[in-house]
Amino acid sequence: MNPFSFTDCIEIKELIGKRADDETSLMELIEEVSLDSIYYHTHSYFLRHYYITGPFSNDFANWAAVQVRDKVLGEKLSAVTPSVTQDMEGLRLEIIDIIDGHLYEQRTNPAVVYGHPFYFMKSKIIEVPTNLVISDLKGFRDALAVVDASAIYNHIFEARLRVKKGRSDFAIWLEENLGLSDLAARIESIDAYMYSLEGLRGKILSLCEAELNQGN
Amino acid sequence: MITPKITLESYREIAPQGTVDLAYRLADGIKGRSFVHVNSTRWGGGVAEMLHRLVPLFTDMGLDVRWEVIEGSPVFYQVTKSFHNALQGQDQIITSEMYQEYERINKKNGRKLDLDADCVVIHDPQPAALVYKKKRRSFWLWRCHIDASHPQRKVWNFLKPFVSQYDGAVFSLPDFAQKLNIPQYLMYPSIDPLSDKNRDLSEEEMMAILQRYNIPDKPMILQVSRFDRFKDPLGVIKAYKMVKKYNDCCLVLAGGGAADDPEGLQVLNEVKADGEKDADIIILDLPPDSNLEINALQRKASVVIQKSLKEGFGLTVAEAMWKGKPVIGGFVGGITVQIVYGQTGYTVNSEEGCAYQIRYLLNNPSFAARMGQQAKEYTRRNFLITRHLCDYLALLNMGIHT
Repeated sequence: MNPFSFTDCIEIKELIGKRADDETSLMELIEEVSLDSIYYHTHSYFLRHYYITGPFSNDFANWAAVQVRDKVLGEKLSAVTPSVTQDMEGLRLEIIDIIDGHLYEQRTNPAVVYGHPFYFMKSKIIEVPTNLVISDLKGFRDALAVVDASAIYNHIFEARLRVKKGRSDFAIWLEENLGLSDLAARIESIDAYMYSLEGLRGKILSLCEAELNQGN
Repeated sequence: MITPKITLESYREIAPQGTVDLAYRLADGIKGRSFVHVNSTRWGGGVAEMLHRLVPLFTDMGLDVRWEVIEGSPVFYQVTKSFHNALQGQDQIITSEMYQEYERINKKNGRKLDLDADCVVIHDPQPAALVYKKKRRSFWLWRCHIDASHPQRKVWNFLKPFVSQYDGAVFSLPDFAQKLNIPQYLMYPSIDPLSDKNRDLSEEEMMAILQRYNIPDKPMILQVSRFDRFKDPLGVIKAYKMVKKYNDCCLVLAGGGAADDPEGLQVLNEVKADGEKDADIIILDLPPDSNLEINALQRKASVVIQKSLKEGFGLTVAEAMWKGKPVIGGFVGGITVQIVYGQTGYTVNSEEGCAYQIRYLLNNPSFAARMGQQAKEYTRRNFLITRHLCDYLALLNMGIHT
């Protein structure tokens, strides 16, 4: 059995020198920028909002709703929830389809009047190993309770999408090393996009707690 | 009184859980390497204040970090003041002699300063031309603290060849960045929770300050800012007057900057004229070192306002949020990054909007308290010096290892 090592992460935010002032240029730039940038605007959000789940959980939706004041597009984009089976390219196409369809329906090109342009960014994630290395479920629960919230981001979102494991590190380890397939499946079925990182921590902890109580 | 030495451990109970350990582990990755920060002044101004706080924390972690300050002539400082204004969009006349003086002073400092380090961080435009000393295997960053989003083109064209020689540029907001052929990074500034402006105060300390300034015992609306048109103090008074029809409260406008700024003095006089008929409007023209006074006012306020019409980052917002206050701010600059609408405060676009949100918060104190608590947690994660330290360490790790 392999032990599980918790790894924190920290994000270096990089400006890529592209900005959109209206929804058409937003769509065109989404087509053009690297997947790292799409990832930043749809996922790194969690690293900026550990405690707060904002009105919409991606930057595109927030920009449309808050800066352009196009609540309709904001709401439509808020419905974009990357499923575990969808890759980043699929996510990019889905976002483009939504904006394209919205612009077709509106027959106008809503633009920023009073608000800020959309600045495209990307991030470099630096992994920082902790000394929290565990080998059973109780240890996993105890470590999860105290680890920096960035570790939760790293082992769930980074593992699933950027590192392309398809599942969270937590689920993989619990299933492959402790044989806890049901617990792994329950963790995988959490709609992670509806929580802040602290909310996710609480949710996974309660699932672990239930599993431990069942074992007793 | 001897001030106890502030170490990284001093922040363990204040920073988010895990952050101090994260900083130590990031520092481990660059131990044995050398770093230099360079700016234009040891005392005065936000950059020097930040370096006074950050550099001891770097050394406390066992890193070899130095802080060098360039020396200039009076003409040089005049030139760099003009650069500063021009980069922030004001029309400035800059002669070829002024450009020559800028380069001459930078060359002179380049000969004198020890810039032999693995990583060099140059702060703001004044020492930017020192990049001619860059060695092939060292990592140089240009940290631009000012809003250079709409610079006077001629000045930017002069500086751009220097900036382009760096390995990266760091800005405080995306809007502040420029088109450059080097990587550009984003790093928010921060507040220090252990400084006099932000540390915990006893009830006695706070009450003594409020009594000294004759602050009425009523719910307090507060704006802390220079007396400057872009901070819109007259707009704040208008909003207060709208609120006053419904809620018995007082307004405190606390600021400074009028003594050495003719326009500031004019704005202060207008504010005084507008506020003098109402005993519940208190205007405080404070000296620059009034950190404890500002701290006490922010802690005792019911609602804090930062109704700017134009703003840099506006760290007074984070200062108030750190004290658990909901903040109502103008929809400009870094205020929009700090205020999450409806969660940590409200961004507003008019005096009416400002008045409405003040009334809402005054009449719903438990909601305001909850919002203030969220504001504090949001600040803990995003705008404390510990986050700033980790951001620097991450960037230095990247620079050293790539």
